[in-house]
Amino acid sequence: MEKLEVLQSRFYPLPAENVDTDQIIPARFLKATTRDGFGKNLFRDWRYLNDNEQTPKPDFVLNQPQYSGQILVAGKNFGSGSSREHAAWALLDFGFRVIISSFFADIFKNNALNNGVLPVQVSEQFLTRILQLGPEATLTVNVAAQTVTIDETGEQETFEINNYKKTCLINGYDDIDYLLSVRAEIQEYENLASH
Amino acid sequence: MANTLFDKIWDRHVVKSIPDGPSVLYIDKHFIHEVTSPQAFSGIEKRGLKVFRPKQVVATADHNVPTKDQHLPIKEYLSRMQVEKLTENCANHNIELYGLGHPYQGIVHIIGPELGITQPGMTIVCGDSHTSTHGAFGAIAFGIGTSEVEMVFASQCVLQTKPKSMRINIEGELPPGVVSKDIVLYIIAKISAAGATGYFVEFAGSAIRRLSMEARMTICNMSIEMGARGGMIAPDETTFEYMKGRRFAPVGAEWDRKVAEWKELVSADDAVFDKEIFIKAEDIQPMITYGTNPGLGIAVNSLIPVAETIPDEGERKNLEKALAYMGLTGGKSLIGMPVQHIFIGSCTNARIEDLRLVAGVVKGRKKNEHVQVMIVPGSQQVARQAHEEGLDQIFIEAGFEIRQAGCSACLGMNEDKIPAGEYCISTSNRNFEGRQGAGARTLLASPLTAAAAAITGVVTDIRDLPPVNS
Ligand code: SF4
Repeated sequence: MEKLEVLQSRFYPLPAENVDTDQIIPARFLKATTRDGFGKNLFRDWRYLNDNEQTPKPDFVLNQPQYSGQILVAGKNFGSGSSREHAAWALLDFGFRVIISSFFADIFKNNALNNGVLPVQVSEQFLTRILQLGPEATLTVNVAAQTVTIDETGEQETFEINNYKKTCLINGYDDIDYLLSVRAEIQEYENLASH
Repeated sequence: MANTLFDKIWDRHVVKSIPDGPSVLYIDKHFIHEVTSPQAFSGIEKRGLKVFRPKQVVATADHNVPTKDQHLPIKEYLSRMQVEKLTENCANHNIELYGLGHPYQGIVHIIGPELGITQPGMTIVCGDSHTSTHGAFGAIAFGIGTSEVEMVFASQCVLQTKPKSMRINIEGELPPGVVSKDIVLYIIAKISAAGATGYFVEFAGSAIRRLSMEARMTICNMSIEMGARGGMIAPDETTFEYMKGRRFAPVGAEWDRKVAEWKELVSADDAVFDKEIFIKAEDIQPMITYGTNPGLGIAVNSLIPVAETIPDEGERKNLEKALAYMGLTGGKSLIGMPVQHIFIGSCTNARIEDLRLVAGVVKGRKKNEHVQVMIVPGSQQVARQAHEEGLDQIFIEAGFEIRQAGCSACLGMNEDKIPAGEYCISTSNRNFEGRQGAGARTLLASPLTAAAAAITGVVTDIRDLPPVNS
């Protein structure tokens, strides 16, 4: 997993609410057996007119050249629906490291964090503020300080992240590294519980 | 400190807690399928590891399998690759696989319970959100992502933060024509598709206690559609009765010992929940969804909400977008609207009892000539039992197309899809845009409501369907 400490970036605004994982990556693109390459089908049905021709829909934000950056700013309840981790892989593969929303679905939040994509939950008001900004505006996300800042005005909010996940993200190590380090204790538990 | 059912099971499975972080939670059973496991296998292999506890893993192929001619090789290349990869991975890691052609094959959340693998008091995970289904047995069962599948492969544990607790109490008698699918669609419509986010839900109350295991599974299955991490129901005589004699259920003295243990799995009388909801069973009617998330549901005989009357701007826009996608108008009733497809299947409603419900409605009738009706048993065992009970004959006579076990048209991933713009009354659990195929319009409903529409060709209130000979 790649480290994430401080990210200053422009962002793509996607004000839609309840963006579910079937929109992030439709089921028909889940057939790969590796983790790479999902970015090209990120938001496939919103992004392209159809499957065969790669005709982009001009009104979809990822197709608008004025937007760029590693941050996606989306409406509330982002990532609801299926537990497919492919949604997180697609976002990461496209280049997103941070998703900002006023509410995230539980499983998505975990999946994102497990892949080094940081879900940043902000208030409705702050989200609205960010969405009012122009395409040149940049945001700074500081993991250690747990803050997100609108650079041009200095407006700032703090966000929640548990200490363990924060350490993982800042150091770029993941849960499996940790679990492997406690295997002896797991075996001890098994012996006690006689599983 | 009073204990909830959830606490009792959770506490017993915590290997250790990370200060100010998640807990290391031990997993008793790990189900896997072809879609969410390949990257987890390659992940542990990259680390030079073998699956830590292969005997606690059970695999099946369900999402990508065709539901016709299952004896032939899978036509679609990528689907075939995924299924073959699963076979290869299971062989390499000594994992039991109930793959295509195996008499136990089927949708992962249907086969676990019917084989007696799912048991009260267990922790169960699967790289699939509807793992919540297994909670109907009084287990902590929840969906995980592929990184977590990899964690379980590596250590038989996941890192989890304890969710908040919610109890939804449903008391009283269900009106006629109302079944468990209606209960759960009613709850979701009431509390919204995000109403239980952050919570693990226990369903309780007299109406729940009277339900069969199949019906309880339908409710726990869709706890994920209210945003919950999972749902559960305390085990009771109905649970033990269902489990007894199943393939992997305990036997003899071990059975008695287990049952005694399972009887302790109830929330204490003074258990405190972070949130409680009370629902009167009498208030529930046959339900149907009209929008593109499962929370957009109404009683089948009521009117679609009007966007202009919704004060919250976000919600209003959502509803407008949903209605535009669905091609529906606020203020109108759905009753009488023609549909082109009926899909009876999925881990929500493809168990034997669901098929019996449908058979009860369609026996002696024919489907409407304008609808295509696909009925897909959830597992090979369900299909066999349906055959033994003569249900398949009833379906054939009604003009239904009976398919072989798999996820089928629940998700637009295998060959079974609903064409763009057409309406499908589906007994599955998700009505997202494109879920049943790009542009498909899904109306979620119970098997009874789906069966009624199969006969009439239009959205129908099951209570208005005349008896066969009138
Ligand atoms: S039937 Fe549908 S919801 Fe159930 S496991 Fe299969 S795809 Fe998922």
